[in-house]
Amino acid sequence: MATFKEFRNNVKPNWCPGCGDFSIQAAIQRAAANVGLEPEQLAVISGIGCSGRISGYINAYGFHGIHGRALPIAQGVKLANRELTVIASGGDGDGFAIGMGHTVHAIRRNLNITYIVMDNQIYGLTKGQTSPRSAEGFKTKSTPEGSIETTLSPLEIAMSAGATFVAQSFSSDLKGLTSLIEQGIKHEGFSLINVFSPCVTFNKINTYDWFKENIVSLDQFPDYDPSDRVAAMNKIMETNGMLTGLIYQNTTRKSYEDMIVGFKPEALAKQDLALTQEQFDQLVSEFK
Amino acid sequence: MGILISQLSWKIGGQQGEGVESTDRIFSTALNRLGYYLYGYRHFSSRIKGGHTNNKIRISTKPIRAISDDLDILVAFDQESIDLNAHELRKGGVIVADAKFDPSVPEGIDARLFPVPITKLAEELGTSLMKNMVASGASWALLGLPLEVFNKAVEEEFGRKGPAIVEKNIEAVKRGADFVLELAGGPLDEFKLEEADGKQKLFMIGNEAIGLGSIAAGCRLMSAYPITPASEIMEYLIKKLPKFGGTVIQTEDEIAAVTMAIGANYAGVRTMTASAGPGLSLMMEAIGLAGMTETPLVIVNTQRGGPSTGLPTKQEQSDLNAMVYGTHGEIPKIVIAPASIEDCFYDMIEAFNLSEQYQVPVIVMTDLQLSLGKQSCEPLDYSKIQIARGKLVQDAPALEGAELFKRYEFTEDGVSPRVLPGEKGGLHHVTGVEHDEVGRPSESAVNRRRMMDKRLKKLNALEIRDALRIDAPIEKPDLLIIGMGSTGGTIDAARERLKQDGISSNHITIRQIHPFPADALKPYLEAAKKVIVIENNATAQLAGQIKMYAGNSEKIESLLKYDGNPFLPLEIYKACKEMS
Repeated sequence: MATFKEFRNNVKPNWCPGCGDFSIQAAIQRAAANVGLEPEQLAVISGIGCSGRISGYINAYGFHGIHGRALPIAQGVKLANRELTVIASGGDGDGFAIGMGHTVHAIRRNLNITYIVMDNQIYGLTKGQTSPRSAEGFKTKSTPEGSIETTLSPLEIAMSAGATFVAQSFSSDLKGLTSLIEQGIKHEGFSLINVFSPCVTFNKINTYDWFKENIVSLDQFPDYDPSDRVAAMNKIMETNGMLTGLIYQNTTRKSYEDMIVGFKPEALAKQDLALTQEQFDQLVSEFK
Repeated sequence: MGILISQLSWKIGGQQGEGVESTDRIFSTALNRLGYYLYGYRHFSSRIKGGHTNNKIRISTKPIRAISDDLDILVAFDQESIDLNAHELRKGGVIVADAKFDPSVPEGIDARLFPVPITKLAEELGTSLMKNMVASGASWALLGLPLEVFNKAVEEEFGRKGPAIVEKNIEAVKRGADFVLELAGGPLDEFKLEEADGKQKLFMIGNEAIGLGSIAAGCRLMSAYPITPASEIMEYLIKKLPKFGGTVIQTEDEIAAVTMAIGANYAGVRTMTASAGPGLSLMMEAIGLAGMTETPLVIVNTQRGGPSTGLPTKQEQSDLNAMVYGTHGEIPKIVIAPASIEDCFYDMIEAFNLSEQYQVPVIVMTDLQLSLGKQSCEPLDYSKIQIARGKLVQDAPALEGAELFKRYEFTEDGVSPRVLPGEKGGLHHVTGVEHDEVGRPSESAVNRRRMMDKRLKKLNALEIRDALRIDAPIEKPDLLIIGMGSTGGTIDAARERLKQDGISSNHITIRQIHPFPADALKPYLEAAKKVIVIENNATAQLAGQIKMYAGNSEKIESLLKYDGNPFLPLEIYKACKEMS
């Protein structure tokens, strides 16, 4: 059985020293090993941005696509081969700006994939512009007077879109994050895991220390029931979205693949492409 | 009895949603039963109910691939249908109109009017919904065709709804027939068709042939967003794919549709998407991703009037440049243009094979008339179909240590071995960033040049089945007429008349639009005194390709039409005669 080391490769990430993304990479590698995967059973599909490079830093099948489109590519992979474990990943710009439409609909669709967002509240690769996750008043290259747009709440959006698994974590909490990713992989449906991943170069506000002070861990609430949708929404709002842990899980709704009529449990990619003459004749007969 | 005719044209017009479609369907299904060749044209508006719509079909004892200039019988549900269409009637043509609106023949039109109380007869049987039955029954009776065949088509259309409904509809047909025969004093001799060969053809629209071809090609997934005139492909596959373990996913937009198809193709399932101009525009970045990552991809683009929303329900061939040049940067890409209903079927098999053999995006371009015009189709031969997956590697040997599979290995022909995720010995990376042989990002200038050259040389030797469809009986013709897509039959109809005028012509249909088959075309250009390129757009896009790649610019002229309607044989004939 593969250990987390088998999910490492020899590529040196191009992330800045101290970037939160390193821990997320490690957590994915550990979670993959912990749930018993072999590298070839995992496909990591990522978008564009600093964090989008992650698919190249994990020893597995990796597909680094185009900006904002990690989710539709990942869903295509899963539909074609449901035997693969599919993780989609990218930054907050990728998932909540250019790719927001796909995020909402991937949540609604509920294919069995795990979406890990590396949320640093800023655009790093393009060198420091505002993101939909930036706080109001946040000064960046593109908002020199401070952002005058409302901060987007991905957790609330996910809940309202009918998400079946919503979690949030902090890159410094390697143990908690690894566990959430494992739970996300095991969840039969779409799992969203938003991870605070500080940008040490361009975001001088939302720093490691800032997160430590502001995060509200669900561990503080022993009676919290993640199957209670209303409670989940309340808690997200009460904490202004700074909540970490498994916030919501619906284990009763089936995944998209399980609801497609006639869709087999084996990978579609392994099925025979040929028709019998009889099947073909039947198709043709309705045009007579 | 007069002389038997070999073809005639029939049209039904009314308000959208009034039964025009179903009247046409039943009438033509019955004709198909008798073995006639049919070619249909739908005129419709971008709205659901209301607005004038008409369906025209040409009925013939010989194969036909074009609408006719004129019209023999017009069935009208309202006066507007007469006013808008009567000018097409040949001298002495017939109008069957609903007596309800007190129809009249417009001034200057020489036509015989048969007012039939279509609505009233239908209502007497319980519902005005049966107007279509009364109208098609009346049409059928005027042609003097056997009623049993017609009734069998009715039975099949309504069989699901039970015998009572079938019976009522058959009665509606009879009442329409009886009424018009009384009025006309029997079937009209001049509309007496020669007997057809009795061999039932297939009868379908291009989009259905594309759907059927895709299934035969092994396509098992489609991700798409609805759009006119592509949606029927999706609708067909929604019905059929579950029977073969596959599915259609309606995405949130065309960007999701194309990227999902890329993901699914990467993971090993033949997956397509289909759209029209606006959707194609949205797919451009992803087409580049497929090119760069060498992921197979099949896109059907059913052209309609552009730019922007343009004329969404009208004929045009103006996306050629977008398909040939679209996406930033430089990738290898194949653009194929089916030119017949049979091509729509066989080209899908070709498209899926090419996309895997060359690991490139393949765009199949149709136009609205080809996609939506219902027409007779020769028998389709499944035994001709071979599924070729190119350099797809199964059971790749185990990798040593940190080694990765060389998914982008430099090879003689530029095509590298491809492996599907899940394979133990196949681990590699895929990225739209320039990359090395195992797919890792690389900015090395040497690698960049080699990788660009590797990708771009893949199509050097490409020549598809019938890259050019050549009908060149004349060694040195007065005219070489060149077209693409749905215009071929119309061009041939015009050539018959040119021949009668002593103007000799050859005809080439360009089916491989990109890469352009210049060498194959050149000798024909050189042999002709003049070349006329016929296309449904305003900027002569096909002529542009010909001039750029095959030269002979000085003798190339264009005949363009971009008013939303397909060419008529007469227009082509007149223009060619003038230009010759």
